[in-house]
Amino acid sequence: MKDIKAKILSNKKIGSAYYKIAIDAPYIARSARPGQFVQIKCSNSLEPFLRRPFSIHRINGNMEILYETVGKGTEILSRKKEGDFVDILGPLGNGFSLPETSNLEPRAIIIAGGVGAAPLVYLTEELTKKKIKTIVLIGAKTKGLILCEKDFKKAAHEVYVSTDDGTYGSHGFVSKLFHKILKITESRFNTVVYVCGPQGMLKCIAEICQERNFECQVSLEEKMACGIGACLGCVVKTRSGNKLACKDGPVFNANELIWP
Amino acid sequence: MAVLGINIGKIKLNNPVMAASGTFGYAQEFEKLVNLKNIGAIITKTITLNPKAGNPMPRICETAGGMLNAIGLQNEGADNFIKEKMPYLSKIGSPIIVSISGNNIDEFFILARRLDKIKGISGLELNISCPNIKSRGLVAQDNKATYEVVKAVKKITAKTVITKLSPNVTNIVEIAKAAQDAGSDAVSLVNTFLGMAIDIDTRRPKLGNITGGLSGPCIKPIALRMTYEVSRNINIPVIGIGGIMNSNDAIEFILAGATAIQVGTANFIEPGVCGKIVKGIEDYLRKHKVEKVEDIIGALNDKK
Repeated sequence: MKDIKAKILSNKKIGSAYYKIAIDAPYIARSARPGQFVQIKCSNSLEPFLRRPFSIHRINGNMEILYETVGKGTEILSRKKEGDFVDILGPLGNGFSLPETSNLEPRAIIIAGGVGAAPLVYLTEELTKKKIKTIVLIGAKTKGLILCEKDFKKAAHEVYVSTDDGTYGSHGFVSKLFHKILKITESRFNTVVYVCGPQGMLKCIAEICQERNFECQVSLEEKMACGIGACLGCVVKTRSGNKLACKDGPVFNANELIWP
Repeated sequence: MAVLGINIGKIKLNNPVMAASGTFGYAQEFEKLVNLKNIGAIITKTITLNPKAGNPMPRICETAGGMLNAIGLQNEGADNFIKEKMPYLSKIGSPIIVSISGNNIDEFFILARRLDKIKGISGLELNISCPNIKSRGLVAQDNKATYEVVKAVKKITAKTVITKLSPNVTNIVEIAKAAQDAGSDAVSLVNTFLGMAIDIDTRRPKLGNITGGLSGPCIKPIALRMTYEVSRNINIPVIGIGGIMNSNDAIEFILAGATAIQVGTANFIEPGVCGKIVKGIEDYLRKHKVEKVEDIIGALNDKK
């Protein structure tokens, strides 16, 4: 990990409150793995005070972050222009682990809830590169909040979409879509499920995976101060005690977690 | 003595910049981001006799010009610290000061006795002022209690003892004097200020513990004033802490009377900040044609 000053190459609005920023950070592009994140200092002033953590969305020579403007830090980041510099600390965190070799053919089911899609594009691209069959389920409240469908369609073998209100794709929660997919796909695979999204959704998907004995890797989000495992501000409750979302995570095995 | 060298008790520091307890983990977390050998001294996260799980989440909250924390002294306990953390710490090459906290005098005594035997430890910092533990008041809010804890620790160890003071008191000079009378080699001030924040949508406190400790640039004016007052009223070295983000801030504390300073919350914003502050102090001395940093300790001209 390094703390580097990196140039912004582009910062585009891609939805109602979503932006995609491309940053020239070759060190991070070289060393990052899917599921890792960076801590960005969004301004040179005291406002906002702390850095903000962002999952790495894609690596294509440059590093791309997909983010939602939810508060001070992200608002300020959204106003930055091509040519501006930002301090970036990373890559941080443990990242996703790929399916282990076994007798069965590996298969990855990737489930994205809302802006949880952000870290999963990089993961999907890497899994497909490694010739692992990838099935992506994208879920959101409504059509306008479905993210990265094009990116997933380019990277994955199969993509399915659902919206809670039925304005796009299947009607219903993405967990319902998950059940549907499992009914129509074969069980000759060693299935690993990767999921990122709102907590209610994570818990639901984790329960389905436990019923089916699928390995389930969950990417969590917590407020962070240091991001490097020093301050102990981002703990997650697990069966083996308190773990740090920034260092032991942000990816956790679902059956390790103690859900609130 | 080198240009930046200073002494705290028996410890010879190469420069007056120390990494504050609770903000630097056990140093290894920062090894890729800062040259650890270059830091004047490193103070570990506070350890307690027995493991502590810490407070419920959320444990941190950003504020204007700072942050609140209510970590709750999460640590694996003294034995685990000695076995798992000391090997790395003792190889760094910078003086290691271990922060300790106890629920009562006996625990401070036992901790000090256990750590006194460890060669790689240069000193102890007594955390008598952590505001996040559920107990009736703090040792640091009572000059008699402060005196008793320092006395007990000094009885069992010859290592340098630094007493870390809480600012949540009416008269911090009085507490500093009690620590001095009990034989403390130095005092460090300030620990965090008791504060809180509220989420107006959920109508809940933003911290799981409800209250927490405020740190960062927003506390600097108060911390600086307290450093000034304490250093004018005691003879042992004062270590200044509170919102130091750069070398200018550090020099303010030294001019006010601090022999050394600690950098805390700034490490979260810029992990390499300790190294930058050392260099900045060097540059200031050169620019002002000052031979050594000792020459500007308390050099504030405060005639009205």
